[in-house]
Amino acid sequence: MREIEQQYISIYQEHLNLLTAPACNLLNEQRFAAFEQFKAQGFPVFGSEDYQHTDVASSFALDWGMNLNRFDFKVNPYEVFSCDVPNLSTSLYFMVNDKFYHAQEPAAKLPEGVFIGSLNNFAQAYPTVAEKYYNKAISTDKDGVAIFNTMMAQDGFVLYVPDGVVVERTIQLVNILRSNIDLLMNRRLLIIIGKGAEAKMLVCDHTMDAAIKFLSTQVVEIFAEEDACFDLYELEETSMQTTRFASVHVEQAASSNVLVNGITLTNGLSRNNYYFNLKGEHAEATLCGMSISDKQQKLDTYSHITHAVPHCTSRELFKFVLDDQAVGVFSGRILVKPGAQKTIAYQNNRNLCATREARMYSKPQLEIYADDVKCSHGMTTGQLDESALFYMRTRGISAEDARMLLMVAFTSDVIDFVRVDALKDRLHKLVEKRFSGELSKCEGCAICK
Amino acid sequence: MLEIKNLHANINGKEILKGINLTVNAGEVHAIMGPNGSGKSTLSSVLVGNPAFEVTEGEVIFNGKPILGMSPEDRSCEGLFLSFQYPVEIPGVSMVNFMRAALNANRKYKKLDPVSASDFLKLMRQKRAIVELDNKLASRSVNEGFSGGEKKRNEIFQMAMLEPKLAILDETDSGLDIDALRVVANGVNTLRTPENAAIVITHYQRLLDYIKPDVVHVLYKGRIVKTGGPELALELEEKGYDWIKKEIDGE
Repeated sequence: MREIEQQYISIYQEHLNLLTAPACNLLNEQRFAAFEQFKAQGFPVFGSEDYQHTDVASSFALDWGMNLNRFDFKVNPYEVFSCDVPNLSTSLYFMVNDKFYHAQEPAAKLPEGVFIGSLNNFAQAYPTVAEKYYNKAISTDKDGVAIFNTMMAQDGFVLYVPDGVVVERTIQLVNILRSNIDLLMNRRLLIIIGKGAEAKMLVCDHTMDAAIKFLSTQVVEIFAEEDACFDLYELEETSMQTTRFASVHVEQAASSNVLVNGITLTNGLSRNNYYFNLKGEHAEATLCGMSISDKQQKLDTYSHITHAVPHCTSRELFKFVLDDQAVGVFSGRILVKPGAQKTIAYQNNRNLCATREARMYSKPQLEIYADDVKCSHGMTTGQLDESALFYMRTRGISAEDARMLLMVAFTSDVIDFVRVDALKDRLHKLVEKRFSGELSKCEGCAICK
Repeated sequence: MLEIKNLHANINGKEILKGINLTVNAGEVHAIMGPNGSGKSTLSSVLVGNPAFEVTEGEVIFNGKPILGMSPEDRSCEGLFLSFQYPVEIPGVSMVNFMRAALNANRKYKKLDPVSASDFLKLMRQKRAIVELDNKLASRSVNEGFSGGEKKRNEIFQMAMLEPKLAILDETDSGLDIDALRVVANGVNTLRTPENAAIVITHYQRLLDYIKPDVVHVLYKGRIVKTGGPELALELEEKGYDWIKKEIDGE
């Protein structure tokens, strides 16, 4: 056991009462199990196969504050976050750090039976459902940070859509990072989409205090039952001082359709893990993402898609635009298990390096144990097309604007995957603003002014 | 309007233009003909500022300003336009966004306000009609998936939008069928005024049946070796370039 793990083991042991006090039994039971796993396994080891470029342990080594007493931070997000995303009219919810914001809830009524709220409340209201799903999508042998999250999480957010219910309005969850001291938090999302149910969700990460260091571990579990349809859009607009270790764990039953689209506009260091487990036949998964990174920003993306049964489809597209000294990492693993015939799996990773100092590391990994499948992967890393730049300049467009148009164009197909038109338009505009330098953070909302 | 004096240019250290002299006045159409590899496309590339070419000697005066030190975008804003022999495909950039950026860049250079959305669309509609360009092309990516004819019509459409003082048409006829050729030529003729001028680069007399030149030049081995009226083009069509080659190489 390294010193860094020992440090957190001690914190856990010393403050176990504080940790467990606000949490429901379900969280605590899983916590005890996770603690044993963490003792055995620790954080991912820098330099190991899936962590070649990100040193997780060193990020935890800082002297982080933790809000184990669950004090409320002085902020009313409904007041400071005055803008709704225009024309999108979402059902808007907030988390402040890792805590669901209860004080006020959106006016629009949810369809009958849909639950949106804190994990502890959910476990009380729907004990059998909570027990059936919580922490069940996490393949514990792989993700040390997810185990740490389970060990430390005291509450979380739940979206539960019962069988056959369709939620028309997009659900928006805004995470606000807010603190006066350097803060470590553990955020937890549980999303359950019942048989034939449908929902779409947008999760936005904002850092309110740019001068404060944040380390946020985040675990999202998504269960899509038979014929369920679910979209998750993640938009990160945090700060250079924010470190994010996130993982999304998706379990898909037969004929379900899940889309996960992760967009990183501003960040510090982010590691995003995506795990898809296609367990029912004819399930369809779409995983895509893009990042615009400059200065010393870093985004490390890891994906692992498991085709466990025949006739499933997965599509994957990630694009990175790297400027200044930014670093991008993509490793994409596709595992086609024995017997998973007629699998269709496409993986695509395209990257632009705008400077000589920017670095991109890309690693596709396909493991195929079935013989009647269509699997492909493609990867390119390069510069902007000089002939296109010249062509545009001969029409009067300045070199700078021409570059911007090309970069916006480069990322546009990732945004075209968005299945909510208003959000798609909004994201196209945000990306343009990000490239033109008008956007250092999210636009329009009061917290960012 | 345009004055080229003793222009020399290299690519990768190889001299392609070996002393071009050419003067084009407002209202004139000049045709430049010549065998393959004589430097026709190099001349057009050098005029619009392609960074692949290095000018080693000479000068180019456009509207009284020396332009060889100018960026390609400034030359465009000064009123120089090149219709590319091979228009470049730009996936993901729509014609509308591209054209708006170009038009507004030109207006900004002239210290004019950006064009309003409705005026812009009106203008697009008007100019599109000149080259019979489909409405759907406007929402598509620049030149992506366009047929050869559509690409060339799109070049003339851009010329109509930007209203340059001097347009250089680099083998605009190559890859065009007769109908498309007529549409393109009609477009060019419609845009002609006593204030602007054009340089038409071509291999064949055919295009010059539609776009009547005032002056015809023959470019060979990086120099203009013969200049005459429209009848020179006819003579070339009939006799080929061999007699000129003999005349020059025999010297």
